[in-house]
Amino acid sequence: MLTYIVRRLLRLIPTLVVISIMTFIIIQLPPGDFFDSLQAQLAESESRADQQAFDALRRQYHLDEPLWKQYLFWIGGCVQGDFGYSFEWRRPVADLIGERLGLTFVMSLGSLVFMWVVAIPIGIYSARNRLSWSDYSLTFVAFIGLCIPNFVIALIAMYASVFWFGGSAGGLFSQEYKYAAWSLPKVWDLLGHLWVPVVVIGAAGTATMMRLMRTSMLDVLDRAYITTARAKGLAERWVIYKYAVRVAINPMISIMGMQIPQLVSGSIIVAIVLGLPTTGPLFYRALETQDMYLAGTFLMLLAILLLLGNLLADILLALVDPRIRLE
Amino acid sequence: MTATPRDTVLEIEDLKVEFGTLEGVVQVLRGVDLTVRRGEAVGLVGESGSGKSVTAMSVLRLLREPPARLSGSIKFHGTAAGTPVDLATVDPGSEKMQQIRGNDIAMIFQEPMSSLSPVFTIGHQVAEVIWLHQDKSRQQAHAEAEEILQRVGIPEPARAAKQYPHNLSGGQLQRVMIAMALACEPTLVIADEPTTALDVTIQAQIMDLLQELRETMDLAVLLITHDLAVVAGFCERVNVMYMGRVVEEGSVLDIFQRPSHPYTQGLLHSIPRPGQQHKERFAAIRGTVPDPRQVPQGCAFGPRCDQFEANLCDRAGPVEAVQLGAGHHARCYRTDKVTHGG
Amino acid sequence: MSEINDARSTAGQWQLAWIKFRQNRVALVSGVILALMYLMTVFSGFLAPYGPDHRFARRAYVPPQGLHLFASDGLHLPFAYGLSQRVDDTGRTLFDHDPNIRHTLQLFARGDTHSFLGFETDLHVFGIEPTAEDGLFLLGTDRQGRDLLSRILYGARISLTIGLIGVTISVILGAVLGVTSGYFGGWVDELVQRTVEMLRAFPQIPLWMALSAAIPPDVDQITSYFMITLILSLLGWTSLARIVRGKVLSLRSEEFVMAAQLMGASHKRVIFRHLIPGVLGEIIVVATIAVPTMILAESALSFLNLGIRPPMTSWGVLLQEGRNLTTLYFHQWLLLPALFIVITVLSFNFLGDAFRDAADPYTE
Repeated sequence: MLTYIVRRLLRLIPTLVVISIMTFIIIQLPPGDFFDSLQAQLAESESRADQQAFDALRRQYHLDEPLWKQYLFWIGGCVQGDFGYSFEWRRPVADLIGERLGLTFVMSLGSLVFMWVVAIPIGIYSARNRLSWSDYSLTFVAFIGLCIPNFVIALIAMYASVFWFGGSAGGLFSQEYKYAAWSLPKVWDLLGHLWVPVVVIGAAGTATMMRLMRTSMLDVLDRAYITTARAKGLAERWVIYKYAVRVAINPMISIMGMQIPQLVSGSIIVAIVLGLPTTGPLFYRALETQDMYLAGTFLMLLAILLLLGNLLADILLALVDPRIRLE
Repeated sequence: MTATPRDTVLEIEDLKVEFGTLEGVVQVLRGVDLTVRRGEAVGLVGESGSGKSVTAMSVLRLLREPPARLSGSIKFHGTAAGTPVDLATVDPGSEKMQQIRGNDIAMIFQEPMSSLSPVFTIGHQVAEVIWLHQDKSRQQAHAEAEEILQRVGIPEPARAAKQYPHNLSGGQLQRVMIAMALACEPTLVIADEPTTALDVTIQAQIMDLLQELRETMDLAVLLITHDLAVVAGFCERVNVMYMGRVVEEGSVLDIFQRPSHPYTQGLLHSIPRPGQQHKERFAAIRGTVPDPRQVPQGCAFGPRCDQFEANLCDRAGPVEAVQLGAGHHARCYRTDKVTHGG
Repeated sequence: MSEINDARSTAGQWQLAWIKFRQNRVALVSGVILALMYLMTVFSGFLAPYGPDHRFARRAYVPPQGLHLFASDGLHLPFAYGLSQRVDDTGRTLFDHDPNIRHTLQLFARGDTHSFLGFETDLHVFGIEPTAEDGLFLLGTDRQGRDLLSRILYGARISLTIGLIGVTISVILGAVLGVTSGYFGGWVDELVQRTVEMLRAFPQIPLWMALSAAIPPDVDQITSYFMITLILSLLGWTSLARIVRGKVLSLRSEEFVMAAQLMGASHKRVIFRHLIPGVLGEIIVVATIAVPTMILAESALSFLNLGIRPPMTSWGVLLQEGRNLTTLYFHQWLLLPALFIVITVLSFNFLGDAFRDAADPYTE
């Protein structure tokens, strides 16, 4: 198993190089650079725009060099942990992303837990009561969840949270805890705010998983070994959970690896709408202002996460299904 | 030979099973009568669609009810307590039914490759049935499981117990199924086409194994199959099924040497014999099995029967059994034509 | 009943699929809804009471106004009340019905000019007498006093067509590359596979966001429309190519292909006469499910200001108005474009599901 993982990781390296090149190209696509748009903004507000000062800044950040050189500067830094500099925030990119990454992961993991806790039992129930009214209505609810754009769900959730439940509008912390040190009350405050984004981000994924689990269960319930289990005298409850669910859940477990990067990416829009202090809004702002190292690093991180998620999915499946042999 | 009356273990009387489908109710079993005595080997033969598997599954109430609906009686006399139970009236989800399944009546299925869960080891699945029905610890159950694996001829049972079903061959898996079925020393084992999915050489081995175990454990076996050769080598008594009814019943000698129902005769004639002339066509029964939603009136075999007589064989109502000898009867109107050998 | 069975046993593959599809009533309803929606986009100029940029001064944030039949003096033809403004104590502007001013609904009314197939016309299916102050605001107005219904109808043109055009591009790209890759194998296959892998290594939404941000701000709206479409179809073709390639690989080893090749059929003939019909079913299913993904993606990008640029409008752009929570609280009708999105996406999903079921001959 360990050799397999190492081998897969080694094979990832050429892919990583290509991804970094592609990311760099994508980030460089917008015409001009950060300082151009800054100059334009300053010109609009009629402040003094000192051409020389800007040129000096450009030289300082290698923005006047040929593209391939810029790429090498950047990638050289990345390998050492220096992901470049954010022009807008005037801080290293690594710091900016790092301080928000924790919350992003907490939120995504929360959504993951929510998805699993809700979707699996409902999927099992739907399969056992297939074609009943509850099955049809649950499928319908799942469909709806898939069809409402997630930013609309975010808007509605925010609305509900503020006007029906008396929560605060957006953000992950109340005013008094925002900049306070971590403490138990702060954690509690976070949890109270967290449920809205967790539910919104998890909504679409929950709907998909519900239907997948239902299909998987229906497929397994028809198998011969389920009949054998009954014929042995096992109580129906055991037949369902020990024999059916145990096998039906395997496809779910294998997609779990991919769900984490998907949740992180999916949280971007929701985080923007809800104004959360996570990496999503940071990325959005970086795109708007052409803060290229910030945007590029984040995009590359997401791609890496996706690749790792793929690998994780394969490993997880091999762990739960004795029929799978990793080559 | 003197037939000592043995205790009846299973008595199926007028078993009817219907399925509710989108297009209406389909009668799959239209009144099955069948008995199995203690330690007896009984065969149930028929083509696909005759209802033999449904009969087997009905005994242990393994059909999905609804859409299936049972009526009639399935009396079982083999519980440890000795009191007779009508399995047709027991609630399939009840503890009573769970106690009988795997314990007093066990079942072996057709496809051993898919009849065992792929995520649990062999040892676990065999030990489970012991641990479920007997007051033993997990270790004891596991030890016993290895013993019974040995008994059914699995080499290196301790090693096999740790393996998963996909590591074993079809023949070995069927031995495991047999082990699982016999672990609690049931009174009756129902074997639903146990050798159909296996190679011919393995078939013989499995049937030999079943025979040997039957004798040593005084097991009653109800063997469901379409393969007459297997029946001939294993069974003492045979029931022939067509379209949801038993059309002929008798000892294996009766059936093979004195087949009386035209369907039975047709089945036996259709077996190709070595030495048959190349130019002779296969003697198939003409026509095909009708749609269960459109059963012919009167005798269901009528339209395909060479002895068919209008106004006699197609008159309404179920065909009564005609006694042909001791323990040998057939359901046919043409008793004049239905002599031994036809 | 046997007649049905006879028909079934002699029907070709497509007829079987059609029979099965017809039995799915939800899908049929969805199909009708979608047909009506797309028809709506063609005639949106006629159906919308006003042009998309017709601003009514002093009619900002008017709630949806229904049509009335009864007034204080009895029954009338359907009409809309005129409105009078007042300001409440929090500084908000509220609108009340002015019982003295009634605008009767007219069929085939004259209104804003719009173009249709190159012709300029001012005919509308329904409307009221053009007045300076009041208007027919069936779904309310937005911040600039523009009729929401009209804007939704015009927005439908963008939202609904981007999906179709984008998916068409994806299908063509995906099918061509998938078939070529699967059929010819070798370095062509390797190249396509690697490209697909590279594109799929990026999560969709961030990639779309990044690429959309790359569209120069001075580009005109038509070009930006096409660039958005291109960006959306850029990732879409990869999944289609993979599916098509897989199907081609499995078909290629089937005997009927070998037979055709042995009979001397050219590559082109094998591909077009034999392989493509085999994959066509899968393509239709995947394409139908891909359209709602594109519609949702466009609406998300436009909502974030990365997509369609004004003065062009789409449902996503319209939803920007609801971004401010206070605005949303007081003017909930601004979320109505979302309802249209949901109905469209739902219908496509039901349709796609039905296609998938119909194409599979083994599920009953």
